[in-house]
Amino acid sequence: MPEALYEIRGLTKRYGRKVVLDGLDFDIRHGECLVILGRSGSGKSVALRQLNGLEKPDGGSVVFDGTDLAGLEERELFAIRRRIGMLFQSGALFDSMNVFENVAFPLREHSGLSAPEIGERVRHKLALVKLKDVEGKMPADLSGGMRKRVALARSLALDPEMMLFDEPTTGLDPITSATIGKLINSIRSELGVTAVVVTHDIPLARRVGGRVALLADGKFRFIGDWQEAERSDDSALCDFLSGREEEEDEENVA
Amino acid sequence: MKPREFAEQTGGLGILTGQAFLAMIRPPYEAGLWIRQMEQIGVRSLGVAGITTVFTGMVLALQTALSLPTLGIKYYIGSVVAKSLVRELGPVLTALIVGGRIGSGMTAEIGTMKVTEQIDALRAMATDPVKKLVVPKLVASLVMLPALTVIGDALGILGGLVVATLTLHLTPGLYLNDVFDSLNLGDVGSGIAKSFCFAYFIAVVGCYNGLHTTGGADGVGRATTNTVVLAAILVLISDFFLTKLFYILT
Repeated sequence: MPEALYEIRGLTKRYGRKVVLDGLDFDIRHGECLVILGRSGSGKSVALRQLNGLEKPDGGSVVFDGTDLAGLEERELFAIRRRIGMLFQSGALFDSMNVFENVAFPLREHSGLSAPEIGERVRHKLALVKLKDVEGKMPADLSGGMRKRVALARSLALDPEMMLFDEPTTGLDPITSATIGKLINSIRSELGVTAVVVTHDIPLARRVGGRVALLADGKFRFIGDWQEAERSDDSALCDFLSGREEEEDEENVA
Repeated sequence: MKPREFAEQTGGLGILTGQAFLAMIRPPYEAGLWIRQMEQIGVRSLGVAGITTVFTGMVLALQTALSLPTLGIKYYIGSVVAKSLVRELGPVLTALIVGGRIGSGMTAEIGTMKVTEQIDALRAMATDPVKKLVVPKLVASLVMLPALTVIGDALGILGGLVVATLTLHLTPGLYLNDVFDSLNLGDVGSGIAKSFCFAYFIAVVGCYNGLHTTGGADGVGRATTNTVVLAAILVLISDFFLTKLFYILT
């Protein structure tokens, strides 16, 4: 598969007069994990939400596997979104449903599987995120880390070929964050999914990142692999990486 | 409210209406969800709707008899109570009371889902939030509010009967005869048609405000208040025009 899975050209997004994304150009290759770093409010989550069409760009194109998402209507996007899983910052579990129903939801909606097959698939996905005996619990009764893992299992339910992670470790302690990082890696190696991770958590970025990009002022200040990032003399990138060094040490000790 | 916001909201309500009715007629029909909403919206509102109309019927009977003490007026109490309840007070009061309850519930539920990214999660899983959330609430409202209104009308007339027999010493037969003589198909039809329109306003406003909630728990509170106020205003204003319309038609 030589071509990139995503080709993004001139991606622009404005809120009122504020330009959040200012003509981004980048590719996402099959099977890679691209980490998008950026400070809070830098628009990295906005960029991520363009990748499955949750928000429409004001300019440019987002071509996923030959289809430009920018030109599609909401209903036309559905076929594409079934191939793209997304893990939300808050988990976004349906709090009127228990864990089983949450993970079963996309299967019941789209897979056409029978009830026993769905049960089988739900247990398999929960095992994938290292959870068991939680199926009957309500989201409110789960810890933050468990909620994220259930949400991850749900986003994997339809066997997506692409995964979008929106700040997967926000609000979690360093140890749980490390677990989530490991899970992302194990899922990628087991299922071979392509992934984009949006985060400001440098330890997580180092753990999962193949390539890394730094978003600032609506543009990528840097995009490349980790070796280049370490050698780079871009001041913004150095500040961003070094600003978190100490925390990473702490985490390694823990 | 600024003109621009007003235009945005009016347009938004119109667009949501279109989307909801399109999604409603497009299969699959999720009858399970519809029935659950009918239970939530209709059955659980029965008590509050009943109390409202029973006491309104009783008050109507009492007020009419006491404020118009001219000889003979009490023999027309049945028609006064029945006409005013069925044409006017039944649909409007039920819409105000039940509408406040169900409209605020819709906004709170959908609004909370919005601010906790659950609406986005639905969309990201290739599910239409309008089909999944708005359509069942709209269908249930359109079915249940007229049903509640009819039940409420009947209870209100019975409330009037209680007052007429116990306080005003009419015989039940006299009262009920007058009720059935005075009511015609136009009265009943216009009452039901009104509550149908009110149900539409309540459901669309409730869902629209929910889907456009921003700003966390605070925002959910504000959106909910807005729904109660806007739904009530729409009910009262549209009632005037509907009344005019139905008098022309009947």
